[in-house]
Formats: sequence, C-alpha cells, structure tokens
Amino acid sequence: MSIKDKVIAIIADQAVLEPSDVRMDSTLEDLGIDSLGLVESIFAIEEEFDINVPFNANDPQASDFDISSVSSIIAGIEQLKKEQS
Amino acid sequence: MKRVVITGAGTINALGHDVASTLSAMAEGTCGIGALDLRDVERLSIQIGGQVRGFEAEGRYNRQQMSLYDRFTQFTLAAAKEAIDQSGLIFSGELAAKSGVVLGTAGGGVSTWDDNYRSVYEDGKNRVHPFVVPKLMNNAAASHVSMEYNLKGPSFTVSTACASSNHAMAQAFSMVRSGMAPAMVTGGSESMLCFGGVKAWEGLRVMSRDACRPFSANRNGMVQGEGAGVFVFEEYAHAKARGADILCEVSGFAMSSDASDIVMPSKSGAARAMAGALSDARINREDVGYINAHGTGTAANDKTECAAVADVFGPHADRLMISSTKSMHGHLIGGTGAVELLACIMALREGVIAPTIGYEEPDPECALDVVPNEARQAKVTVAISNAFAFGGMNAVLALRAI
Repeated sequence: MSIKDKVIAIIADQAVLEPSDVRMDSTLEDLGIDSLGLVESIFAIEEEFDINVPFNANDPQASDFDISSVSSIIAGIEQLKKEQS
Repeated sequence: MKRVVITGAGTINALGHDVASTLSAMAEGTCGIGALDLRDVERLSIQIGGQVRGFEAEGRYNRQQMSLYDRFTQFTLAAAKEAIDQSGLIFSGELAAKSGVVLGTAGGGVSTWDDNYRSVYEDGKNRVHPFVVPKLMNNAAASHVSMEYNLKGPSFTVSTACASSNHAMAQAFSMVRSGMAPAMVTGGSESMLCFGGVKAWEGLRVMSRDACRPFSANRNGMVQGEGAGVFVFEEYAHAKARGADILCEVSGFAMSSDASDIVMPSKSGAARAMAGALSDARINREDVGYINAHGTGTAANDKTECAAVADVFGPHADRLMISSTKSMHGHLIGGTGAVELLACIMALREGVIAPTIGYEEPDPECALDVVPNEARQAKVTVAISNAFAFGGMNAVLALRAI
C-alpha cells in the first residue's frame, strides 16, 4: 500500500467510512472527524509510519503540519518520511 | 429538610451483572472469588480475586467509546443504566439542570495507567494513545454518566480509598436532603484487577492467598474485587408524586476521621461514624437490625470494627446481625460501599440477611452474630452500612424501610 492509501485507510477508519468515500480535497470536518478524532488519527498515522507529526492540539494553526485537507495531510507525511530517510 | 429515597439501583460485580442476580447470589451465599485471569498473573503472589466475568466491552460500546472508557467507566455506565432505567427518570429541563452525579473511586483508570506504563517502560514505546488522560482520570466515569443522561447539576468524584462510595453517597444524600438537587445519581466503581493493581496491594501484605473469611478466627486477609454500584437518590415528595417504586429511605449519615494512622483502623473513629449516623438519622440504636460491615477479613479491621459496634450498641450489639458480603464479592475498594448497600436494601425490602461466607472458626474478638455462611430471614426496619478507609476516613450510611 502506498502512503496515500494507508492514510486514506486510517482516516476512513476514524470517520467510519469506506476508503472510496474519502476524497483528496475532503477536509476532516467534511468527513465528520472532530478534534478528538483528529488527535486519534495523528496517533494512528505516527504508529503506522513510525514518524513524529509536529502537531499541537492546543494551537493547530501554529503547527508546521497542514491538516486542512486529506491531500495536505498526505503531502505532510510524505515530506516527513523523506526527511527521515 | 427533605426526605431522601432510593428509586433505582444498578450493579455489576463478581456475583452478577445486575441487581437481581447479585441479590440472589448473596441470598444463596455464593462465592464470586476465584482464580484471577489476567496478564502476567504467574508473577503475582496473590492470584485470587472477585473478578467480573463475561463482561465484554466489545459490542457493548463502539470504538470511539472504547478508546475513552476505562474498565471502571464501563462498569459505571452499565450500573448507571440499570439504576436510571429502574427509576424511570428522564432528565430534562429543570430536573436535568439541578441533578448531578457524585461517584466514588479510589484508583480511577488503574488498568489504563498499567497498560500505558507497560507500553512505555516494558515495550519501550515512545508514544501513547491520545486519550490516556481523559480515560484514566478519576472523574471520567462521573463525566460519562453526566453526558449519557443529561445531568447538568453538581457532579464530581470522591476519592477516600475504601470509603469512597460511602463518602460519595453521603454527598449526594446531603444535596437532595438540603433541597439543592431533586435527584442525584451516586455510588461508585473500581477496577484494579490488573497486574500493577494487584502488585501494589501485594506490597502491603494484607492480602489472602486463598479466601476472604471475615470475623473467622482463621481469617488471613482481604481479597480484591471489582465492579460498580450506582443508585438514584431522589427527594421523597418528587418520587411519590410521580408514583415511583421506592426501594428504601436514606435517613442519615456521618463521616469521621481517625486522625491517627495511615493504615491501622481506630475503634473510636469507627464508633463515632456509626453513632453519628444514628444521631443524624434520629434512629435509636435498638432499632438497627442489620449492619453491613466493612468486614475486610484482615485481623486488624474485623476486631476493631466489632469492638466499635459493641461500644456504640451496648447490649443491643448481641441482638443485631452484622455480616460482610466482601466474603462473596471481594473488596471493591472505592466501589465497595455501593455494592454493599444492595445487601442493606435486600434486608429492608425482602427480609433476607446476606451471610458472611467462609466463616470457619469463632473469634472471641469478633463475638457478634455475623450471620455465618447461610442467609437468614428476618424483618429489619433499619440497616446501616459501614466503610472505614485507609487514611482513617470513615463514612456510615443509615437506611430505613419504607
């Protein structure tokens, strides 16, 4: 599975949707994922990819990680994986 | 001052998953204590407990709930549902705005602490699930009950070790009696039967390796249990007006502190709490037919408690019945007073006195009628429930048949 497919699977699981229902331009809000769902998704992503996502739930805007859409989340993870290797 | 009655009861513990099965197990003198089934049990020197069996969180709660509900919260929600369903109350409008939930627990989410310590220390992981804190906090159970049933009044958690539930129910009682709240959901819950939870208790060396035998001369310690008991305390006129089935009246309580030792019990502290509860409830000592003892099965507690009963009740101490149901369900620590209140309700409503099982040898220092081994039929109009905690904090509730 590609990074993209894995992230979509995690987000779909959190949103209780089929992966096919998760669109690249969907926001987490569109998918019905609230702030607690977001931190759980980030936890699942960190576990899956063995990375640390720089995300502060107290102030999401200040984080150096763009969570505005599914595609921006995937791009952020791809970047983190690239920096790791 | 308002009169306070109980209009709903719920429980889950080693004897049963609801009130009916628990009371019938108590009436039959069933022992719910057995071999512990938990991870790394072979590294424990104490391998018995009153474990809740056949309670699967999967299927009962969804995944999001599972990530937020420690086992002590799961137990609380199961017991709260039974109690609130029985009461028939639906919390809306002013009733919801004024009613709250006060629960006792000693440890809160102990298995959540345990699992996550294991994960970071033993497994070397550097990350834990994001909801560890809201899952383990001591008020998690009370919070989830408030959310589930729309209870918007005063809610909090009381933690006084083995007296937590009695202290919690005393607070709820005071709020209803004073007119502050028309109804309160109250009781307590505990779930410490995990490796770290049992290991900590082992350290004190007060645990029995084979059985809980309160008041018996050959008693050799306490046995841990787990579970929850939850009640609906309601103002009498409110309950009467809606035709609710009233289980019994809560007529008074008292709290006292030994102010002496962090673990050793004190006769005078226990006696002051019992005498105080009778005085608060305006009950003559001769009217008390049954005492649900703290009765842990340790050498120190049982003889101290019996001496305190003799002091408070004088010659009547030899006529009343006193039993410890911990012999059957184990010591639920912060949840114990709540489950034990059920034995008082059974005595008042059904005239069945739960026995002290495992009783083998009379102890001259516990020379009271401890209802050994078999339940008894008796008409009882007043019962009291004792809880004497580590830290010397005591709380006694007085109940009356209605």
